[in-house]
Amino acid sequence: MKVTDKDVAYVADLANLELTADERTGMLRDLNSILEYMDRLNELDTTNVPPMAQVSDRYGVDESKAGSERFAYASREDVVEGLRKSLPHEEALANAPDADEDFFRVPKVIER
Amino acid sequence: MDPISLTTDSLTIDSLTIDAARTAIQQRKTTALALAEAHYARIQKEDGQIGAFLTLSKERALEQADRIDRMAAEGKPLPPLGGVPVGIKDVMSTRGLRTTAGSKILESYIPPYDCTAVARMEAAGAVVLGKLNCDEFAMGSSTENSAFHPVRNPRDLSRVPGGSSGGSAAAVAADMAVVTLGSDTGGSIRQPAAFCGVVGLMPTYGRVSRYGLIAFASSLDHIGPLTKTVKDAAIVLKTIAGRDPMDATSADVPVPDYIAELEKPVRGMKIGVATEYFADGLDDEVRQAVESAIDKLKSQGCEIVPVSLPHTPYAIPTYYIIATAEASANLARYDGVRYSRRAQGVKTLSEMYRRSRDEGFGAEVKRRIMLGTYALSAGYYDAYYLKAQKVRTLLTRDFDEAFRKVDAILTPTSPTAAFRLGEKSNDPLSMYLADIYTVTADLAGIPGISIPCGQTKENLPIGLQILGKHFDESTILRVAHAYEQAV
Repeated sequence: MKVTDKDVAYVADLANLELTADERTGMLRDLNSILEYMDRLNELDTTNVPPMAQVSDRYGVDESKAGSERFAYASREDVVEGLRKSLPHEEALANAPDADEDFFRVPKVIER
Repeated sequence: MDPISLTTDSLTIDSLTIDAARTAIQQRKTTALALAEAHYARIQKEDGQIGAFLTLSKERALEQADRIDRMAAEGKPLPPLGGVPVGIKDVMSTRGLRTTAGSKILESYIPPYDCTAVARMEAAGAVVLGKLNCDEFAMGSSTENSAFHPVRNPRDLSRVPGGSSGGSAAAVAADMAVVTLGSDTGGSIRQPAAFCGVVGLMPTYGRVSRYGLIAFASSLDHIGPLTKTVKDAAIVLKTIAGRDPMDATSADVPVPDYIAELEKPVRGMKIGVATEYFADGLDDEVRQAVESAIDKLKSQGCEIVPVSLPHTPYAIPTYYIIATAEASANLARYDGVRYSRRAQGVKTLSEMYRRSRDEGFGAEVKRRIMLGTYALSAGYYDAYYLKAQKVRTLLTRDFDEAFRKVDAILTPTSPTAAFRLGEKSNDPLSMYLADIYTVTADLAGIPGISIPCGQTKENLPIGLQILGKHFDESTILRVAHAYEQAV
């Protein structure tokens, strides 16, 4: 077994999930089975193969330009309300489970 | 011959296409209002057992229909989708209209803005009937992961419609919408299209703006149409494609006239067939159907060329590492503060985050967040995430190499026809393996289309997948159209 109970607890903590005891048992089983399958990637020698984070920098760009110059079309002036108006206050707060007139409200962060 | 006879008191909406609908409204043989009402009546009658729609937007639809009808009455030419009833997968934001992503955590979320693709559809005259069911956050291959209810395949109600755009495919297959929009991260447009017997097009990465699409895996997410014909897919793509300043990943590449390109001959075109896509695990009936589709194109003058995509067996692990890693980051935003559901009775901020996410996310979403977080965590980043990114390069190079020799590649869309509800839902890995032929195109960023190519002995639809070069949707649409016209 690659993943242990302790790993599940650690990763759940990183992911801001609590998980019930049952869910943790299931997660332990599923993660081990999936990761075992994923280990087949180790059959491939990837020395000197560059990682690929996205496709946008490889296709549909002007190859004569270098680096970020290729993406000049995607940048804009650094100004407030450059592409659209900011959401009005009440619209931005409308979906909040708890808010007052100005702010999102959350449980107390600092104990004193 | 006019394929559809439309009058306001007796409407036939079966197999209704964009041009037939728009032309009938333009010629005043029917109205956009009557067409919308006819589709709502169909939804009312059929959707109780199918489950494709999550939310209906009648007010919005009738307002738009009225606008189109006034244009028609004044004799103004209707825009390309004028009065055409459409459905939108519930991962695309719609201003003032509930958008859930199939999740409890967004069950009452009302977006303050429209997704660009939806806005472009409506600007072209489309009538949005409602929002379509899907796997939670588009994570799944059967639509059984919807937090609300599963979708059933209109062709056989004991079967899944595929996923994650299962509602989008089922709605088109059951004539509850003329066309729908779906999203594809690992096959979520093409596989349900194959399972339900409709056309599903995933455009090139960057071809269609994702502004307003609820993010799953940002380097893999695409928006595209599900339709009854290849031509309709071309019309919708033309409508939604093109640079959008609101999405920095939308490409600055000219959009061709896909509809004009459709009719060009396929004679002399080089079509690749990769042995890796016909290996173990491919159902015999699917194999036969795809092989006879290849023969059909050969008889139309296409040259069939064997190609090799040697890293295909590594696509599933590569995809599920990258997609879950990106998802774990994208789904961190659901914290119960700004727009998602919050757990009750929590005392501290940390408890609020955890319990809100625990209660709001379903099992598959939690599994993927855990997997992705693990793959990105200290000590495992190089072994999983970085390794997968390198293999992604190899998979992409396979396609670069193949497309030096051919114009398009033909494969099955899915190794089997639609499976039964519950058949794979207890075994996540077996569900992941159902995506074997579709994840490669997402990883490489190339376009792909699935079109119907026959059916099994049990009358289940089979899908033919056509993959193309970056930004060359024209060619795959042309091949798909040629095949569709030939059968």
